[in-house]
Amino acid sequence: MQDNRKERYKTVAYYPGCALEGTGQPYDISTRAVGKKLGLKLEEVKDWNCCGAMEVKNIDLEVQTYLSSRVMSQAVHKNKAEVVMAPCNGCYHNLKKAEYDLSHKEKSKATVEKISAKAGHEAYHPGEIETIHALDWIKFGYGEEELKAKIKGGLKGLKVANYYGCMYTRPRHIFPEKGHGGDSESFKDPHYMDDLLAIAGAENVEFPLKTACCGGAHTLSDSDMSTKLVLNILEAAEAAGAEVIATECPTCHSGLEMHQIRALKKLSKDTKVKVVYFTQLLGLAMGLSPRKVGLHANVSQSIPLLKAKGIA
Amino acid sequence: MPIHEKSLIRPENLSTHDNLVIDGVDVSGDFSTFIRSRVVTDYNEDLQDEIAAMPGGEYIHRCWQCGSCTNSCTVNAENPDFNPRYWIYLIRMGMESELLRDKDIIWQCVSCNKCTSACPRDVVPEGVMKATAHWLEMKGHTPKSNSLIFDEIFTDQVVEYGRIEDGRVLMEFMKKTDQPLLQDWLVDLVKKLVSGLPLKALSKMGWSTLFHPKTSDWSKARDALREHIAEEKAKQHAALGMDPAE
Ligand code: SF4
Ligand code: SF4
Repeated sequence: MQDNRKERYKTVAYYPGCALEGTGQPYDISTRAVGKKLGLKLEEVKDWNCCGAMEVKNIDLEVQTYLSSRVMSQAVHKNKAEVVMAPCNGCYHNLKKAEYDLSHKEKSKATVEKISAKAGHEAYHPGEIETIHALDWIKFGYGEEELKAKIKGGLKGLKVANYYGCMYTRPRHIFPEKGHGGDSESFKDPHYMDDLLAIAGAENVEFPLKTACCGGAHTLSDSDMSTKLVLNILEAAEAAGAEVIATECPTCHSGLEMHQIRALKKLSKDTKVKVVYFTQLLGLAMGLSPRKVGLHANVSQSIPLLKAKGIA
Repeated sequence: MPIHEKSLIRPENLSTHDNLVIDGVDVSGDFSTFIRSRVVTDYNEDLQDEIAAMPGGEYIHRCWQCGSCTNSCTVNAENPDFNPRYWIYLIRMGMESELLRDKDIIWQCVSCNKCTSACPRDVVPEGVMKATAHWLEMKGHTPKSNSLIFDEIFTDQVVEYGRIEDGRVLMEFMKKTDQPLLQDWLVDLVKKLVSGLPLKALSKMGWSTLFHPKTSDWSKARDALREHIAEEKAKQHAALGMDPAE
């Protein structure tokens, strides 16, 4: 599996999930644009449904597993895909978790089979598809060497803090491929986004809160805690000298944008660091226009900074 | 099992004496502040089983009290009273009244899964926190937390349509929790969204309710999910000794 990733990831089933259709639109726009530029093909999962996000599990664990398993079943049976790519950490996490639970828990397996039968579609069986994140897709589907050749303008002189959030690496038992050294992703100190943006010319800063939680689960129901957690991240990024924070999750991204504003309003804490999707930065580095990567649709207004640096 | 580490020296357990002489020795004042003797008789022997019956709580019995969960916890770093290991201990001991002292903060777990990654016994403490919050609410110890209300609105919409739309969830949540939609920071946020891309931003935040994402062919899944959720709820009620139909 590891060896022919380049071939396997060339065309993948794309699972945008609800967030990329909603507040995470700039992520969707830039992911599609970057894919197009690199000649990587995305085929949207046919008639997909919500993965359950962070909420459904609290009402019923098995329902969450069913929802995620249906997405994979659709990709296998309707798209005939071998790989499904989810750019949202929540979706990615849930698909991986469903994969784990279906191969480790009898109850999950039985429930998913029962509900799938009643819903009138094939149940998903673990091992039928490989779930990857947008970071895997670009890093291995296109290849780092090839990316170097493709980078036009570059992100030269831009200081970036790479922020991965909590769901990309935790809990580690659902990511069996992580933490094996070599070119595998680390669950303690993830580096795929750092690798890609370094190729694009960015100066990655030492950022200690890479996998800290932004409080996204309670962004509205416990706003004070979320604001505090976001502020920790923003301040750590600034202390590390970052001008922008690169994100790879729509929930983290919206959380950072929202609570940056809230921190200013409620706590008079003004942080200047801009929040940008890593796909937006990659797109710009490859010569795509700010509009093509959806930069104008971000809440965090990074265009003036990027213009001044000659990047946008 | 480690010793129950929270102090019993609490205001309600103290008896202060101004003039107290014992065996000819005056032990009044600060020195003679006695803690009322206490024998624990109010434990709930079923507590662990009840939590285990809630979604996420099923592995609580595995805990060996190493403390890794609390040590790594995101919320604990902000508020030391948020202590998953301690609550798991109380639940396993059946010390319900002690657990209830912290009932108002247990729901604050942000699901970052640091605890679950750190736990050497696969307890899934993150799940136990959610299970405990549910239990508190089902038993009537706490009103429904905003967090649970959000989970319910979200789940209802997914079950109904297969997908959700952020704006609709947000609006219903604000309505159900009596929060004004026009809080200053939200208004600011929307202004910034709108300044970027007027029409699209408006519709994507769902201020217009025209856009209802749906999964087609969802009706059979919807019925199956509703049926399953109802069955599970009934089981949970039964496990808590409540009327399954409640
Ligand atoms: S999931 Fe909850 S209990 Fe666990 S570390 Fe995060 S905040 Fe703490
Ligand atoms: S980390 Fe696991 S075993 Fe250790 S105290 Fe927490 S729940 Fe118990």
